[in-house]
Amino acid sequence: MVGITFGGSAKPRSLVVAAVSAMLLVAGCAAPGEESTPAPPTSAPATAAPSEGSAAPSASAAAAGPDCGTDPVELNAYFETGFDLPFKLSEEFTKQFPNVTWNISQDQFTNLMTATPRLLSGDNPPDLIRLPSMVSLVKDDLLKNLDDYATAYGWDQWPPAQLAQNRVAEDGTRGSGSLYAMGLNYSLTGVFYNKEKAAALGMTAPPQTVAEFDDLLAKSKDAGELPIMQWNATASGGGLAFPLQNLMAAYGPTEPINDWIFQKSGATIDTPSNQQAAEHLQRWVEAGYFPEDANAIEYTDANSRFGKGEGVFMFNGDWQNAVYDTDLSDNVGFFVFPPLEADGNMAAMSAPLTYGIATNAEHADCAAAFFNWVATNETARQIDVTVGGSNPGGPTDLPVPPAAEGSVTNETLAAGAEVAKDNGAMDFIANATGSIFAQGWTPELQKLVGGRQDAAGLLKAVQAEYEKELNR
Amino acid sequence: MNHAAGGAGPGGAIVSSPARDARRRTSRRIPWTQGIRRQYVVGWLFVLPALVMYGLFVLQPLALTLQYSLYRWDGVGPATYVGLSNYVTVLSEPRLIETLFNAFRLVLFFSLIPVGLGLVTASVIQRVARGRLGAISRTVLFLPQVIPLVAAGIIWGRLLSLTGLVNQGLTAIGLGDVTRAWLGDFDTALSAVGIIGIWVLLGFCTVLLLTGMTKIDAALYESARIDGAGWFAEFRAITVPSLRYEIGVCITVTVIAALAAFDIVYVSTGGGPGGATAVPGIQIYILAFLERQVGLASALAVVLVFLVLLVILPIQRLTRDSAS
Repeated sequence: MVGITFGGSAKPRSLVVAAVSAMLLVAGCAAPGEESTPAPPTSAPATAAPSEGSAAPSASAAAAGPDCGTDPVELNAYFETGFDLPFKLSEEFTKQFPNVTWNISQDQFTNLMTATPRLLSGDNPPDLIRLPSMVSLVKDDLLKNLDDYATAYGWDQWPPAQLAQNRVAEDGTRGSGSLYAMGLNYSLTGVFYNKEKAAALGMTAPPQTVAEFDDLLAKSKDAGELPIMQWNATASGGGLAFPLQNLMAAYGPTEPINDWIFQKSGATIDTPSNQQAAEHLQRWVEAGYFPEDANAIEYTDANSRFGKGEGVFMFNGDWQNAVYDTDLSDNVGFFVFPPLEADGNMAAMSAPLTYGIATNAEHADCAAAFFNWVATNETARQIDVTVGGSNPGGPTDLPVPPAAEGSVTNETLAAGAEVAKDNGAMDFIANATGSIFAQGWTPELQKLVGGRQDAAGLLKAVQAEYEKELNR
Repeated sequence: MNHAAGGAGPGGAIVSSPARDARRRTSRRIPWTQGIRRQYVVGWLFVLPALVMYGLFVLQPLALTLQYSLYRWDGVGPATYVGLSNYVTVLSEPRLIETLFNAFRLVLFFSLIPVGLGLVTASVIQRVARGRLGAISRTVLFLPQVIPLVAAGIIWGRLLSLTGLVNQGLTAIGLGDVTRAWLGDFDTALSAVGIIGIWVLLGFCTVLLLTGMTKIDAALYESARIDGAGWFAEFRAITVPSLRYEIGVCITVTVIAALAAFDIVYVSTGGGPGGATAVPGIQIYILAFLERQVGLASALAVVLVFLVLLVILPIQRLTRDSAS
């Protein structure tokens, strides 16, 4: 409870004196943050850059960059609690390179979001850390520039879209510029569906247009089913951003959406096509396609309810594959959200599972070697698919390892290929700034569900919040 | 004999004469101001460890918060001095002001109801259930103070959900029309959080007030009863006035709990839906750690401290005056 002293002879005046003198003491010191003088960025990885390294950008180029050597190395890593993938990868890495051991700390993603700047600027900066967002970290010079590694290992020969989200330009916009992070794999989002329920509605193949999807939603409502299982509680963030962004990509091109997320100057989310998308979402809300208590449903609750057979469809990402496979074995399918017209482009939110290296990391070379190994080693790529459920990315000449028979991962991997063909990958609108999700999307989408906000107002409010945050 | 030890200090007296004698003499002969001064030094020595801790972990952070509030700072990089502009933002941005209003709305649930209900409960327990029943009811009411709030918040989330026990009960008694997701509904979220607050704080107030009641002279009640006073008259004329000091403590603690609320709100609604339960504590957390606006968050924290003092100091003064 709250600590306060009662009764006795409290002497307010002496307390004030103490407080003021403490103030003066502090005021004599430097401004906050001034004493931390970050070391200048190291120009090149010490053992890096064999000048002819870029010659053969393929699987065999794995050894071109620096490696972990033969001396004992202990990698200092921060992983996200609840996700097995990095742990399994680190085990396998040690199996293949016995001189490398791990000192792994783990924390919830939300805690990592708040702790990352402190960890990176601390005395023992991590060699490898899960990154929530990166622009402000790059501004504070806390993340290692990976350009030299990219050249040495030939990452710059991979499909550019893979690395784009991890690039930050001089002016602080994302999407281009120097490389500051790598993905362990590349997730894909779309629509999961309960196969039995969908078949009962007469769905024989995934919908090819938004109108066909609308039709399926109406049918499920008529059949007394919950059309879309959805989380939208504050603790998990406004999950309605998933269907909204899918609708945005159906009504308009993906490029302006990415520009907005990457903070390109003059970008706005309040465009005519996005308004049509938001209006479409509002119609879904008003038609009762989402649970009426969506604002009180958290992410884990929504998933477990969908897993127990509540809801025909659910917007989510392939990181959930393993859970769905367990809960709804052989009864869960996946499709990418359809375009407006049957021959339209496929688009989906897709983001790397981002990890970075601290500017002052002790074993940066070995951490970079780990990144390269994850993307190119056959066993690592298999772990990426089996455990992570997502595409391992990497060079185009390496095959994507198969998932287990009957796993929905096979469907998400196939769908990912379609999206890549149409160059339809988008980052998440929730990731545009550090708090646009908490301060913009989540409260406004909750108001939409509660009937206290309309489509136009939603986009205006979020855009205002976005500009306010960027101008601060 | 008296002038022998004339101007000698207490130490000298002890060395120069038998101990027992000396003790008697010092107690009688040392000028009273010196004795006080010595007590003072010893007293301060006892207080010193606590004072150092207080300075290090309360005063210093307070001073740092004041300092940060004058800067624009992301917590890591260089800071820019911006004067009072963070305060201007706090007092001009509707979303931030709204959190302050919500905090005052919570005072009703966290403070007025628990204290009022606590008074009634305590006097009922004291009157009708002095023995084992009283002990049991005290324990039951106090339990929420012992249960970790996070666990309690999760259970309350279940109870108040659309399919939760609360709605099941309402449906069973024919009130199916009013069922809703209490914590996810714009109209009821703040009240629902408030009810959790009542549950947490009622036991604290009841136990404190009950303790206060035990020291009220029973003769007062007897004479009142002889004069024909009923339960309510006793309650109004004897119980409440005698408990002014305890009531003051209860109000102080619970008002602070309301204005500085974080844990209950964070685990039950997180400030949602749509900011309906956003309180300064949550907003400070978001500003400092998600937006990394340490300066603005500090300014809001300073404003909150100021508001708490503004509300608490008059209450403290009022109850202390009447207590003495």
